[in-house]
Amino acid sequence: MSGSTVLVHGSLGGSGIPSTPGRARRWVRRLTSGDEIAHLITLIFAASIFLVTVLLVFELYRNSALPRHKFGWNFFVTSTWDPVAENFGALPFIYGTVVTSILALLIAVPLGVGGAIFLSELAPPRISDALTFVIELLAAVPSVIYGVLGVFVLVPLLRNYGEPVLKSTLGFLPLFQGPMYGVGFLAAGLVLAIMVVPFILSVSREVLLAVPLDQREAALALGATRWETTWKVVVPYARSGIFGSVFLALARALGETMAVTMVIGNDPKVAASLFAPGYSIAAVIANEFTEATGDLYTQALIELGLVLFILTFILNGLARLLILATTARGSEHA
Amino acid sequence: MNYRLLWRKTVNNIMLALTGVCALVTVAILFFILGYLVWNGGRDINWAFLTQLPKPVGETGGGMANAIVGSAKLLLVAALVGIPVGFIGGVYLSEFGGSAFPAVVRYTADLLNGVPSIVMGIFAYTVVVLPMHHFSALAGGLALGVMLIPIVLRTTEEFLRAVPQSLREGALALGANKWRAISSVVIPAAFRGIATGMLLSLARVAGETAPLLFTSFGNRFWSHGFNEATSSLPVMIYTYAISAYEDWHRQAWAAGLVLLALVLVANIGARVILARRQSPARG
Amino acid sequence: MKRLTALALGFSGLAATVFLGLLSFPKPSSPAPAPPADRLQIIGAGATFPYPIYSKWFDEYHKAHPDIEINYQSIGSGGGIRQLLSGTVDFGASDGPMTDEQLGQARFKVLHFPTVLGADVPTYNIPGVSAELKFTPAALAGVFLGKITKWNDPELTKTNAGVSLPGNDIVVVHRSEGSGTTYIWTDYLSKISDEWKTKVGRNASVNWPVGLGAKGNEAVSGLIKNTPYSIGYVELIYAIQNHITYGRVQNAAGNFIKADLASVTEAAAGAAKEMPDDFRVSITNAPGKNAYPISSFTWLLIPAKIDNAQKKQVITDFLHWMMTDGQKYCEPLAYAPLPKAVVAKEEKAISRID
Repeated sequence: MSGSTVLVHGSLGGSGIPSTPGRARRWVRRLTSGDEIAHLITLIFAASIFLVTVLLVFELYRNSALPRHKFGWNFFVTSTWDPVAENFGALPFIYGTVVTSILALLIAVPLGVGGAIFLSELAPPRISDALTFVIELLAAVPSVIYGVLGVFVLVPLLRNYGEPVLKSTLGFLPLFQGPMYGVGFLAAGLVLAIMVVPFILSVSREVLLAVPLDQREAALALGATRWETTWKVVVPYARSGIFGSVFLALARALGETMAVTMVIGNDPKVAASLFAPGYSIAAVIANEFTEATGDLYTQALIELGLVLFILTFILNGLARLLILATTARGSEHA
Repeated sequence: MNYRLLWRKTVNNIMLALTGVCALVTVAILFFILGYLVWNGGRDINWAFLTQLPKPVGETGGGMANAIVGSAKLLLVAALVGIPVGFIGGVYLSEFGGSAFPAVVRYTADLLNGVPSIVMGIFAYTVVVLPMHHFSALAGGLALGVMLIPIVLRTTEEFLRAVPQSLREGALALGANKWRAISSVVIPAAFRGIATGMLLSLARVAGETAPLLFTSFGNRFWSHGFNEATSSLPVMIYTYAISAYEDWHRQAWAAGLVLLALVLVANIGARVILARRQSPARG
Repeated sequence: MKRLTALALGFSGLAATVFLGLLSFPKPSSPAPAPPADRLQIIGAGATFPYPIYSKWFDEYHKAHPDIEINYQSIGSGGGIRQLLSGTVDFGASDGPMTDEQLGQARFKVLHFPTVLGADVPTYNIPGVSAELKFTPAALAGVFLGKITKWNDPELTKTNAGVSLPGNDIVVVHRSEGSGTTYIWTDYLSKISDEWKTKVGRNASVNWPVGLGAKGNEAVSGLIKNTPYSIGYVELIYAIQNHITYGRVQNAAGNFIKADLASVTEAAAGAAKEMPDDFRVSITNAPGKNAYPISSFTWLLIPAKIDNAQKKQVITDFLHWMMTDGQKYCEPLAYAPLPKAVVAKEEKAISRID
């Protein structure tokens, strides 16, 4: 069909069901014109995304019914994970996920924001672009490769040098006590830090670059040093964007599976020391899902998946709000 | 000399130097990863590795040919599932739609993007593997494909929006209806960006291991068609790397190098193509 | 600019064609030629304990029958049982026989077929100590309960007088997933230690008092090899193939026995004479002067009713082959072959598959 020659501007909007025959005829004619079909088809595809997500959540919820009824809220505070006695508690996994992610952020945020400051304020544009390009490639490295390097490089380094050094200098803290295996919370946190640094760095660099020049110039004109300008004017201006990038990095760290399970020690215990082996939600699902015999066991794992999903849901929402706040503010002051 | 000024200048120099260190450390890590893989894996990439099937446990030799092809199959299915949905959805978000529903779609796409890959694996297991009663490349490809959707959607929408309104209006003024305008003018104008987005998203899911663990499962032989369990590079790397066999370790390094090389080539290629667009002038 | 885009697209197109070409051309499966059109692939999953010999068997069987591929994935015994019950694999494999409860959960009847005899050995990595340590039952129970924490604990030094054991902490390594190897180990510990029996119990997946977890016999071996002062339990061949030291265990008769063909076969002697009809039996802590106390059969789990005629034919044929020709591959891989009485009984049992 060659299509009508009627010009249409902007969106055609949603079509309601027509109420009279005359209107119906015109509605049908509009429907068969290419535009309406195109609108409908693209709408269907877009809607399918929404539907897939809803289906995902529904499946997770439906397939975790047994443990939700049996344990209720106790699931989140029990620390036994006993497949023999069929007693499941999520605490060790939530603890491990949270501890390793926080540790990762504690290392990655200074590194990432520091690097972003360097690349946005100090480095000449060509070098900045080249280095950023290289750093963004880090984000593309598959996680299993991080895991392999963790096992063969990081863990022996920690066991032989890193942990003994920490123990001898900071051993009075409960964080650095106990036997040193190499694998454990510390190794997992470090691997995660390396994995999320590129995200923090590249997003922070973008938001720092977006800060209007006159802010910087005003500070410098008042006699501030470069560092003072950056730290006291530019960074606070871009603060919400940076926080947004941190939340995004956190969401990524929470869901990371392979690299963590290869270096965390896979022991479902809550422990104060970073040297101790632990477990994370994603790691236990990866290890035990294919063999969880019995519905309660399987569904307990799925409930863990649901918990993880909800965590990332909340964090993503917060991140978007924060990044939005930055861009809104930016346009206000433009 | 004003001591306060001296102090401020010193702090300035130290902190700025520190930020340089941060950037350098991050870059150094990438080069270390690359170097380590090349050093350990480069020696073992040979013709046998690329073309043979795995040998029985404990015997040295054999290769990962089925894993390489398996990964290619999974990516094919993933592309067929994820790219059309993401692309057409992106067209919708950019060209049609009011303000409420598109916002909902964008938000759920972001949500989907944040879903941990292991949860995606659970989803594909309950929705494909269990009803079909077997593991398959289809299930694995579906899990990867759903992960593709948000990325393709976002990049498509972004690049379509970047096309100047004047191009659309020009097409409409020449008598095209909206759909003609979009398909013959707007999309081609944005195509390079959209294509690189698709390429990058494929590179991103090529390295995913977790969703494949209970969907495409694994196969010591070739898998024929898409309805059988399939070997894949990331899963093989994981299995071999955590074992104690020296030979398996060497093969894991080699496979890691192959995977990383493919991913990096795709990323670098995509960025080079994109960089050809004019870069915004820096203030 | 246009040229570059064309080049890039052309290159990607070429790459895509190469990939698709790889997919569609007949593949050489080493060393046989391209498989004929009626090729059949059967999928099984389960125990890592017998994985070395299973992978050898399926490889040899494939060489003898190029149109048949048996794809076995070693994901742990628990996984084998679970995937069999879910119907996603054609057969399972486990070193811990299915419990009555699990059999009851199944929608179909499952038959157990013993394949080989193997042994769980205590492997350890103590820098400077290459001697073969002797472990009493109490020592093993104490270490894995977390009560014996140092290598120079009296329970360990008293039986190893000639070895200077260091005062370092013991790092325990165990399985992180549902494992038949774990079942065998905990079965033994439950028999020799009441405390273990009540506190932890026997199962494929337990609530470990201490230790690091690793996935599969493969990764446990890997972790022990990489972690000084560690101890764990693995199937014998994994210790041998990966050159990790393993010790002797004191059996019910009081002798310290090293796991090998003779000692494992002797452990099965009693069971061979009185094998139950469903082949589910435990031979840990067996009587017998030189019996190795942590031995076990391992089983293939086959559905009693197989609808697909071709699959049924292949599976029954493979079982016959496994019990006869297949057994000759056991010794080089340090598994003990099935006792003749058991084989005879099994041959008859194959006809139970419908």
